[in-house]
Amino acid sequence: MSLRRLLAVIVKELRQLRRDRLTFAMIVGIPVMQLILFGYAINLDVRGLDAAVVDQAGTAHSREIIDAIGASQVLDLRYRVATPRAAEALLRTGRISAALVVPADLEARLARGDRPALQLMVDGADQVVQAAARQLARFPVAGDAGWTRRVNPVEVVNFYNPERRAPINTVPGLIGVILTMTLVMFTAIALVRERENGNLELLIATPLSRWELTLGKVVPFIAIGLVQVTLVLLLGDVLFAVPIRGSTAALYAAALVFIVANLALGIFLSTLARSQFQAMQLAVFTFLPQILLSGFMFPFAGMPRAARWLAELLPLTHFLRLIRGIMLRGAGLAELWPSLAALGVFTLLMLGLTVSRLRKRLD
Amino acid sequence: MTTESVIRTRGLSKRFGATLAVDDLSLEVSRGEVYGFLGPNGSGKSTTLRMLCGLLTPSAGDITVLGHALPGAAERLKRELGYMTQRFSLYRDLTVLENLRFLAALHDLPMAGLGRRLDALMARYTLGELRHRLAGTLSGGQQQRLALAATVMHAPALLLLDEPTSAVDPQSRRDFWEALFELADAGTTLLVSTHYMDEAERCTRLAILDHGRLVADDSPRALMEALPESPLRVVTDRPRQAQQRLLALPEVIAVAQIGTALRVLVVPGTTPETLTRPLQQAGLSASARADTPSLEDVFVAATRRTPAAEASP
Repeated sequence: MSLRRLLAVIVKELRQLRRDRLTFAMIVGIPVMQLILFGYAINLDVRGLDAAVVDQAGTAHSREIIDAIGASQVLDLRYRVATPRAAEALLRTGRISAALVVPADLEARLARGDRPALQLMVDGADQVVQAAARQLARFPVAGDAGWTRRVNPVEVVNFYNPERRAPINTVPGLIGVILTMTLVMFTAIALVRERENGNLELLIATPLSRWELTLGKVVPFIAIGLVQVTLVLLLGDVLFAVPIRGSTAALYAAALVFIVANLALGIFLSTLARSQFQAMQLAVFTFLPQILLSGFMFPFAGMPRAARWLAELLPLTHFLRLIRGIMLRGAGLAELWPSLAALGVFTLLMLGLTVSRLRKRLD
Repeated sequence: MTTESVIRTRGLSKRFGATLAVDDLSLEVSRGEVYGFLGPNGSGKSTTLRMLCGLLTPSAGDITVLGHALPGAAERLKRELGYMTQRFSLYRDLTVLENLRFLAALHDLPMAGLGRRLDALMARYTLGELRHRLAGTLSGGQQQRLALAATVMHAPALLLLDEPTSAVDPQSRRDFWEALFELADAGTTLLVSTHYMDEAERCTRLAILDHGRLVADDSPRALMEALPESPLRVVTDRPRQAQQRLLALPEVIAVAQIGTALRVLVVPGTTPETLTRPLQQAGLSASARADTPSLEDVFVAATRRTPAAEASP
């Protein structure tokens, strides 16, 4: 391994990258766009959910409570129906996301204070709605101040999805998703592009070694990955006030290991693909299971055993454990070593496979 | 010129699936030679060149290049060899100088005086003015000069050039060949594949390939002199009709119209009368006389002798 040749490949890659405006734009554009899209989609401060009202009490007090809830603008009370059953039908057809039920014995409940006075039926399949409902449940209902301390004034009945996830998981997870999406793609096309442009035939006729070529292609993107991490952390702080409870150094160390793992995966895909288009397809093919199984979209604990075994093979799964541990629970790297080790093994395996598949031959 | 052999192959073959791209090829190239590979597309020129520089593994046969037995010693050979690909293979999104610096590092050229060395290289191949231009914006001839400069910067003892002038205008072609002879004069052995007759004629020695087989191998002059088939020049008033009639004769190998006359390649021992009589019987005016053989005749005769096989890419 010659350091000079390795450096020459790195410098060449960086020069090419600088002149490739589209890729350059993607390095910055994809993280910003994704963070904003995902970030606002998980925003809990929802307004104007379509809702129905079932006022079974029909008293002055009940109308007052309904007006007050309507004025909060969380619910847009556009339907008035007679029975909870009618409200449920609206919920099922998707015309409303929530229904506010005021029971006939409202006054009695408020007076006794042992049972919730109001009921909110929500489409729990929708995370956003569920979160909004939890906000509403803390809504103060005008009445005797004594009961509010004992029982929430509004009872939330969660339809379709009894499990509640902490949505704050999403932003740290997003760092992993963004790195996976961009870095695997960039390196997946790296070797294929050389082959398609005819450059590989030139390279393999020189003394350049396979390791020099592989590492030279990977190293520039490590820096790019770290820039992306910084960008997401800064924006996450500015836009969504996502906390970093653990050490920043540990966070960057975990990100570094994960970046290298992704690059190794990408460059391996690059040895499988015959065209840049195929490389992109392969990148998407590895991206989907990572998004779905890693615990980014669906909680890991809820998945069947086979899916969990599969998920253990995916780098994103391990990174999510690392980054959520560090950012949200303030854990240190020492406690999270199994995930670090898993990423390390994955990286070595991918790089080894790449070098063994990379032939300095055309046949 | 010494007779030390730089390339030697014995029974070299390469099979891609069902097609035999190179078939039992035995060659010997001596030091300082400008050795031409002439053949139609798909005759196995590129495949042979790639096997000679260790990029393809032969299916059968032995290769020794610059004393290295292939494919085993391919990596050692790559330090002493210059290979110029058929397609422009430098980076189009790097400048002339960036490309040369990159290759200089790959070849581990000494750092000391590298700038001056590259300046001299660019001056020799008239790239000095273009040093900060992106390679992709250069003309075909300029790209060819850059590719040659990149191929020879580490002073290789052997240069393999795969159809180096296929995308270049005639003036650039002439300049390019001047550069090749300059390299040969300095002791470099060159192996050049081409499908241009005029380029083939410039080589000191020529191998004609057809369907992966070596069908002729000698100096261009010797090949022309030893041609058993002879060309005849037929003058007639209606060359198009005459051509049709001549092609029907068993003695005729090929007919090409040159201006208003016909140049007819015939099997050995064919007299001019054999051609003129049937034409005159058909009511065409015709006269024929022997013509001097050209390299094209050699090529046509040589490639005709091999039985037609599946053309391979």
